[in-house]
Amino acid sequence: MALHRLRLRIWKDRGFKAIVILFSFLSIVPLLLILFYIIKNGILSISWEFFVELPRPVGEKGGGISNAIVGSLLLVIIAGLPSIPLGIAAGIYLSENKKSRITYWSGLAVDVLQGTPSIVIGIIAYLWVVVPMGGFSAFAGGIALGIMMLPMIVKATEETLSLIPGSLKEASLALGVPYYRTILRVILPAGVSGIMTGVLISTARVAGETAPLLFTAFGNAFMNWNLTNPVHSLPLLIYNYATSPYPEWHRVAWGASCVLVVFVLTLNLVMRTVIRRWKVQF
Amino acid sequence: MDLLGAGATFPYPLYSKMFYVYWQKTGVKINYQAIGSGGGQRQLLNMTVDFGGTDAFMSAEALEKAPAKILHIPTCLGAIVLTYTLPGNPRLRLTPSLISDIFLGKVTKWNDKRITDINPNENLPDMNIMVVHRSDGSGTTFVFTDYLSKVSKEWEKKVGRGKAVNWPVGLGSKGNTGVAGFIKYSPGAIGYVELGYAVLNRMPVAAIQNKAMRFINPGATSTSIAARVFLPDDTRISITNTKAIEGYPIAGFTWILVFEEQAYRGGPEKKAKALAKALWWMTHEGQKYAEPLHYAPLSPEAIIKTEKIIKSITYNGHSCLE
Amino acid sequence: MDTLVLSKGKMLSTHPGVRAEATFQKTIFLSALAIIVLLVAIFLSLLIHSVPSLKAFGLSFFFSKTWDPVSATFGVLPFLVGTLLTSFLALLICLPFSLAISIFIGEYFKKGALSSFLKTVTELLAGIPSIIYGFWALFVLVPIVRNFQTKIGIFPYGVGILTASMILSVMIIPYAASIAREVISLVPSDVKEAAYSLGSTRQEVITKVVLPYARSGIVAGILLALGRALGETMAVTMVIGNSNRLPKGFFSPGNSMASVIANEFTEATASLHISSLIEIALLLFLVTMIINIIGKYIIKKISVEA
Repeated sequence: MALHRLRLRIWKDRGFKAIVILFSFLSIVPLLLILFYIIKNGILSISWEFFVELPRPVGEKGGGISNAIVGSLLLVIIAGLPSIPLGIAAGIYLSENKKSRITYWSGLAVDVLQGTPSIVIGIIAYLWVVVPMGGFSAFAGGIALGIMMLPMIVKATEETLSLIPGSLKEASLALGVPYYRTILRVILPAGVSGIMTGVLISTARVAGETAPLLFTAFGNAFMNWNLTNPVHSLPLLIYNYATSPYPEWHRVAWGASCVLVVFVLTLNLVMRTVIRRWKVQF
Repeated sequence: MDLLGAGATFPYPLYSKMFYVYWQKTGVKINYQAIGSGGGQRQLLNMTVDFGGTDAFMSAEALEKAPAKILHIPTCLGAIVLTYTLPGNPRLRLTPSLISDIFLGKVTKWNDKRITDINPNENLPDMNIMVVHRSDGSGTTFVFTDYLSKVSKEWEKKVGRGKAVNWPVGLGSKGNTGVAGFIKYSPGAIGYVELGYAVLNRMPVAAIQNKAMRFINPGATSTSIAARVFLPDDTRISITNTKAIEGYPIAGFTWILVFEEQAYRGGPEKKAKALAKALWWMTHEGQKYAEPLHYAPLSPEAIIKTEKIIKSITYNGHSCLE
Repeated sequence: MDTLVLSKGKMLSTHPGVRAEATFQKTIFLSALAIIVLLVAIFLSLLIHSVPSLKAFGLSFFFSKTWDPVSATFGVLPFLVGTLLTSFLALLICLPFSLAISIFIGEYFKKGALSSFLKTVTELLAGIPSIIYGFWALFVLVPIVRNFQTKIGIFPYGVGILTASMILSVMIIPYAASIAREVISLVPSDVKEAAYSLGSTRQEVITKVVLPYARSGIVAGILLALGRALGETMAVTMVIGNSNRLPKGFFSPGNSMASVIANEFTEATASLHISSLIEIALLLFLVTMIINIIGKYIIKKISVEA
C-alpha cells in the first residue's frame, strides 16, 4: 500500500520535472520561430543597395532603407544626450542618499516612469515638443525616446553604485580626496560596467520603439539630417510596410526587421562582453 | 528646400510617384506622410505641416473655425471600389442597397439570395462576409459613407457620413494600404479602397449599379464622367451617386489644403513660392502620372478653376507665382 | 564630513574645491528632483488636456460603449474591456511557461550551461522590439488562428482578442519569469531541507514549500507582467482587429486603450475627440502606475525580509 503510494509520488515527481523542462523549452520556440522567419525572409533583401538607397515610390521595385537607418541612429543619439547624464546624476544621488525623502519619492517616480506605456510618452512629447515647436521633428522623437531611457539608466546607475563596497569610498575620502571627486573619479569608474549595461539596454529598448514616434518623428520619405524636420526610423518603416498589401514592401519590411533585430542582439552581446571585461570585482 | 505634407492615403501612390519625380527634377523634397484625411486636416489646422491632403472637403463650419482662410486645390480624381477576396476571383455586380445592407450587417453570407440573384453566373460560396473598414480618420470613408447616406435612408439615420463613423459591423485597418492588405489575405473579406490599391494588388473589384440603373466598372473613364458636373469656384463638391449614365457612383476629388496667406507661420517666402510652384506642377505636368496609376486626371474646366486658386496663394499679400 | 586640502591662506568658502563640491551636490540633487517633477508634469499635462472630455461625459465615459466621432459621443468601455481581456488572457497563457522557466532556473538547474542558455533566451525574448512581434504575429499567428477558426466553424477573422492575447503572452513571459526566478532561488535551504528530511519528493517540495514561500514574489512578477501587457501598443494594434465595438468574445475583433490612441490620435479633428483620447491615456497611465507600484512594493517587502 505504502509502496503503491510511493510509486505514485515518484511518478508525479518525474512527471513534474518533465513538464517543467518541456514548458521551459517550449518558451524558446516563439523566439526561434521569429528569428528564423526574420532571417529567412529578410536575408533576401539585404544588399549594399538596401543600406544606401532611399525607398522607391509605391509599387516600384528596388530601393532601400537608408533614411530609416540614419533616422533611427539620429533618434537614439538625441535621446541619449540628455538622458544619460541626467540619469547617471540622479542614480548617483539615489545610491548616495538612501535615507533621504527625495530618494524615496524619486525612486518611486523612476519605477512609475519605467512602467508608463510608450504611447502615453508619445502623447506627452507631442504636447510638450511638437505643439510648441509647430511641427514634427527628429528632436521631438528623440525627447520621447529619451524620457523612456531615463528610468532604466537611473536604476542601473543606482543599483551598480549600491553594490560597490563602502570601503572604497571611505578609503578615498580618508586619503583627502574631496567627495565629488571620489564619486566622479573613483566610484563611477568602478561601476562603469553596470552603468554601461544600463545605457546599452535602454538604447536597445528604445531603438525598437514605434508608438512614441507615431506623432513625434512622424516619418520621412527622404533622407533628413535636420533635427527640426521629421525623420524616418526602422520601426516606423516596418509598421507602415508590414500592414500594406504590397509584397515588395513586405520584403523590405522583413529586411528592415533583420537589421533591427541584429542591431538589438548586437547591443545585447556587447553588453555581455562589457560586463565580463570591465566588471570590477570586489 | 523641404516641404512637409500629411493626409489622405487615397492619393498616396500617385503623390509618392509625383514627389519622387519632382525631387529628381528640382531637388525639392516633399515629404508626404499618409496618415489619413482626418490627420491631414488636423495637422494643417495645427500648423505642423505645410499642406494637408484630404478626400473629404472641409465643411463650412470647419472653415469658419479655422485660424485663417484655407484653400482646396484638387489634384486628381479617384474611384472608390468594393474589393473582396473569394475563391475563383469572381467579377461581381453589386447594387447600392446591397452594399449598404452588407455594411449594416444585414447581409452576412456570400451566397445570400440577393447577391446570387444579380450574379447568376458566379459560383458564390457559403462563406461569411467579413466587412473591413478604416480604423483611422479617412476621407475615403467620408466619400464612401457620403454615398451610402445618399442611397440608403437607413444608413443615413443609423450611421451617417464622416471621416470616422460608428461602424455597425466589421473590423478596421489603418489606411487604404491596411484595408487592402487585410482583404488580400482574408478569404471572404470585403471592403472599400481607392481603385489603384485594388488594381496594383490584382484584387477583383465590383461593378456598381449607378443612379441610371447601369452596372458601371470603376476606371479613369467612368470616374471622369462622374466628375462632369458644375464645379464651384472653390472646387468643394461631392460627386457620389452621379446622375451621369456612364458615371461611376463612388468617385471623388482629392484635394491639397493650404492656407491662402502663407506668411502665417513666419516661414520664409521662398518656401511659400516653392509650395505654389509644386502645386502648379502637380496639376499640370504631374497629371500625366495619374492614369497609369488608375486615377483620373483633372478635366480642363477643373484645371482652369485650380489655376485661379493656386494664383490666389499669397505671401504677405502678393501672389506666390510670378 | 570630508576633508579638504587647503592651500595656505585661502578662505574655506572661496576654495574652488568647495564650490565644485556644492555644485556637484546641487546637480545630483536637482537630477533626482527632476525625475519627480517630470512625472508630476506628465500627470498634470494629461489631466489638463482631459478636462474637456471629463466635463462633457463625466463618469459615463467609463460605462458608455459608444465611440462615435460623428455624433461626438465617446465612451471608453469597449477599449477597457479589450485591454483587460487581452491582458488577463495573456497572463493566463504565459503563466505556465513563466513558472516553468523560473522553477527550472531557480530550482532544478541553478547553474550550468542549460541555465545560462535559458536565461539568455529569456533576456532575448524581452529584447525583441514589439513591432517585430506584431509583424510576425500578423503573418504567422493570424493565418494559424484563421485556420483554427475555420475548422471549428466560427467566423475566420484571424485577428481579434485571442490573437492579440497570444502574441502578448509571448512578450510578457520574461517579465513574469525573472522576478519569480529570483524569489524561488532565494527560498532558504533550511526550509526545503526540513521538507526533504520528512521524505518529500522534489516535486512536493517545490509545489508545497517553495512556491507558497515565494508566493509574493510570483505575484509581483505577475503584476509587472500585467503592467507591461496593459500598455503594449504596436503588437496589439496590428492583430486585434481595430473594431471600436464591445468585443463579444475571445474570437471577436476589438481594440485596446493603447491601440485606439495609436489609430486615432493624429487625426482627431474635433477637440472633444482628442480630449477623450487623452483621457484614455490618463486612465492607462494611472492604471499601469498603480499596478507597478503595488508590484514594486511587494518586491521591496520581500527583499527586506530576505
